[in-house]
Amino acid sequence: MSVDTSKVATSNRTDAATASKPGPAGSLASWADDRLGLATAMKKNLRKVFPDHWSFMLGEIALWSFVVLLLTGVFLTLWFNPSMGHITYEGSYDQLRGVGMSESMASTLHISFDVRGGLLMRQMHHWAAAIFIASMMVHLLRVAFTGAYRKPRELNWVIGCLLLLLGTLEGFTGYSLPDDLLSGTGVRAADGFLKATPVAGSYMSFLLFGGEFPGESIIPRLYIIHVLLIPGILLALIAAHMLLLVYHKHTQWPGPGRTEQNVVGFPMLPVYAAKAGGFFFMVFGVIAIMGGLLSINPVWKFGPYDPTKVTAGSQPDWYMGWPDGLLRIIPTGWESVIFGYTISWNVMLPILIVPPMMLVILMLLPFIEGWITGDKRDHHLLQRPRNAPTRTAVMVSLMTFYGLAWAAGGNDIIAIKLHLSINQITYFMRVAIFLGPLLAFWITRRWCISLQRHDNEKLLHGYETGIITRSPEGQYAERHLPINETSAYTLTARDRDEVYTVGGDTDASGVAAPNSRSEKLRARLSSWMYSHNVQKPTRAELEEAHHHAEHEAELQAGLDHPVDGHQFDDHRLRDTDDVPLRDH
Amino acid sequence: MSNDNSSTPEHPVNAPDGTPVPYETHVPTHRDAEPISDPGLPVHTWRPTDVDPKAEKRAERQIAAMFIAAMISAVLFVVAYFSFEVGDNWDTFAGLGASTITLGLTLGLSLLLIGTGIIHLARKLMADHEMVEMRHPAASPQEDREATVQALNDGLAEAGIGRRPLVRNTMLGAVAVLGLPAVVLLRDLAPGDALDVEKLGQTIWEPGMRLVRDVVGTPILASEIEMGDLINAAPEAMFPTEENGYPELHGAEEQAEKAKGAIIIVRMDPDDIIPLPGREKWTVDGIISYSKICTHVGCPISLYERTTHHVLCPCHQSTFDLADHAKVIFGPAARPLPQLPIAVDDEGYLVAQGDFNEPIGASFWEREKL
Repeated sequence: MSVDTSKVATSNRTDAATASKPGPAGSLASWADDRLGLATAMKKNLRKVFPDHWSFMLGEIALWSFVVLLLTGVFLTLWFNPSMGHITYEGSYDQLRGVGMSESMASTLHISFDVRGGLLMRQMHHWAAAIFIASMMVHLLRVAFTGAYRKPRELNWVIGCLLLLLGTLEGFTGYSLPDDLLSGTGVRAADGFLKATPVAGSYMSFLLFGGEFPGESIIPRLYIIHVLLIPGILLALIAAHMLLLVYHKHTQWPGPGRTEQNVVGFPMLPVYAAKAGGFFFMVFGVIAIMGGLLSINPVWKFGPYDPTKVTAGSQPDWYMGWPDGLLRIIPTGWESVIFGYTISWNVMLPILIVPPMMLVILMLLPFIEGWITGDKRDHHLLQRPRNAPTRTAVMVSLMTFYGLAWAAGGNDIIAIKLHLSINQITYFMRVAIFLGPLLAFWITRRWCISLQRHDNEKLLHGYETGIITRSPEGQYAERHLPINETSAYTLTARDRDEVYTVGGDTDASGVAAPNSRSEKLRARLSSWMYSHNVQKPTRAELEEAHHHAEHEAELQAGLDHPVDGHQFDDHRLRDTDDVPLRDH
Repeated sequence: MSNDNSSTPEHPVNAPDGTPVPYETHVPTHRDAEPISDPGLPVHTWRPTDVDPKAEKRAERQIAAMFIAAMISAVLFVVAYFSFEVGDNWDTFAGLGASTITLGLTLGLSLLLIGTGIIHLARKLMADHEMVEMRHPAASPQEDREATVQALNDGLAEAGIGRRPLVRNTMLGAVAVLGLPAVVLLRDLAPGDALDVEKLGQTIWEPGMRLVRDVVGTPILASEIEMGDLINAAPEAMFPTEENGYPELHGAEEQAEKAKGAIIIVRMDPDDIIPLPGREKWTVDGIISYSKICTHVGCPISLYERTTHHVLCPCHQSTFDLADHAKVIFGPAARPLPQLPIAVDDEGYLVAQGDFNEPIGASFWEREKL
């Protein structure tokens, strides 16, 4: 598509760069292409079109905070000493001087108090980690709520879920490194989780810790996992995530001229590159200000790890909170001894079974949905959450489960801050963790369906103007005006849902259809998923409604002024076909 | 509203032979039934900076101002770096570290100004024509697919692996058995004797070992414990002296014994204690001692409520009734805290009668076997 540059301001030259004189950028590109042959690939990609929407920025926050993590992390490694060797602290933090601690704790204190900018980098690193995981989660919700995970993007969804898992593990290994009292408490809990693993648990614990807990190996081992192993995998998966994004081209919201077959937006070079590049600096800048002003993980207040000590209100980093919450609300005594071997359901269920199961459910969502709908088409137009009521409700239900489990992980903090009984909070959570998601599902689905009805009302009868008219008979009615064409088209730019039905148990020649049981299940699920949804009106219905509106207008034709109520003020009703009263 | 599209049930999915249909024929069959036709892309509207040279110049000045301010902020960062002390005589600003605050603010401001400058540039001065690009199906063209499948089959046929099951099976077997060295290599993550699960069943406590205060290591006279006291204590062997003759412990061994040997001692009215059968003589005049390590996942318990004799683990709120053999009365733990049988020696100090009679801390698979 050619761009009309005739009216572009003079700083954007109207004369296009000519092929005869390539200019400095062109010569460099030629030099590189002679050796690398990249022009063929770059030809399409340099001006690749990316659609614009604020919600597409959420994943970018995750990407850029990961870059900040790499930069600040490298800085920290220059001073951090991942050793459990015991020394006496002699640095400049008075309250701990003369206290015995590990070298990793001492070097963390050194970075915090004796290296200029060290505390800033430590706090930026920790804040960036929190933002990394939070933005991945919000990005995940955006993708799920808009149906962006549908074909052909299922595998990128799976990669995204793995990134979330790895990010969480990376966070855990990271905050365990300083070997302070809080992180050591977390590591000891992790040791308890390992030991709860059937059969091999005790051996896994001994192998990880290099002997009996706590040993002298765990910090150096977590360190290499934290700075090499997981970041390496993260980098590779992020690269794959981005490559697939480029290959599939970004999804877009439906609207005039935006279809399943095209992508409308700004070219990578220059607009999108500038916006994304500028956004990197903004994310970096916000994290720098947070690192400068907001204290996070003040390890000097916790003191060095001592296996016999603990602080009240011990909390893991927030993203570890939800399994910890499940751990807290397990009722007393869930442990069995079978043939003399101990099985700790009280640890296995909330840590080793439910969280991995949740991850698997999350990864399978697009595949389950695809199987139920039988929809094998490629989807590039996003859906509004209301237009997929069951999917939206399932996601809200999962969010509710997560949120309740997370709140249960802070039951001690809630009890203190709100002066409640910790026991009663825990009893409440034991019930709410089951009822809450069901209730959330039901409310969300009904809510979505109501919003769908409201959309249809707007399409058929227009929007509510808030103007009340009185007919000659004395009847009062609110005047509705049609919404503009752009809004009306955008509201209808969605597929009609199709409930899958089984053709019959036998085919034409009387042979039992294969998989008829699973097909029946699929039909039931499809009906459960779609049959309550409100479909958009047909052209006939729309015309009928508009005809009705015209008829009403005719009834008012005898009047010498439009019945809009504005004869009493200065806001004469404009011609709604040209300029709508308000833009929907 | 009725679901009126049952007349068009088929998704244009795959051709009968299973190959995907090209995208163009993918267009939903009920496109004609769309209630409103696509009005097409809205017309482009020019920005003030496109048509008004003044607005354009203003935008240029704004952007340049942001970049200049970013430079100033970066220079101020350097100034702050050398101006404010850290370490022993650290400068403060409103009670906070002046260095960290000023470094963070100047760095952040500089970055934010560069970022907003670039985005302002993109929004005001770069061409803002939306472009349209056509999509292509994610799948490769059909002929490419066929060629690839053909190449794959040709390659497999030429390799002949399928025709020679003996070769194939032994090759797979050889590679699979290679997993053994990979796993065995990890055995020495816990070298030699360090991998001894039996150790989970023992602590350093032994008959006659004194109970000492956990920080200073001084022995505890039974008579000096007041009613309602809770004392965090450790085995005397953790504080070896020439006098007591215990061997020096180092590194991992010291940490492991410290992690397992920690106890709490409380004194309550002897009548409040409900001893388990066989444990009647494990206490000294209302003084009773338990492992400090929670039986849930191994946090050290704390938070003692003296009137109820309940002690709570701050990690996951398991609550134990110390008067009643530390049974779990709330929270996720499944087992009572192991009790340390205690007595007094000739000098009136508290001593252990022996080790715990069960493993302390979190549960594990072989727990009942030790």
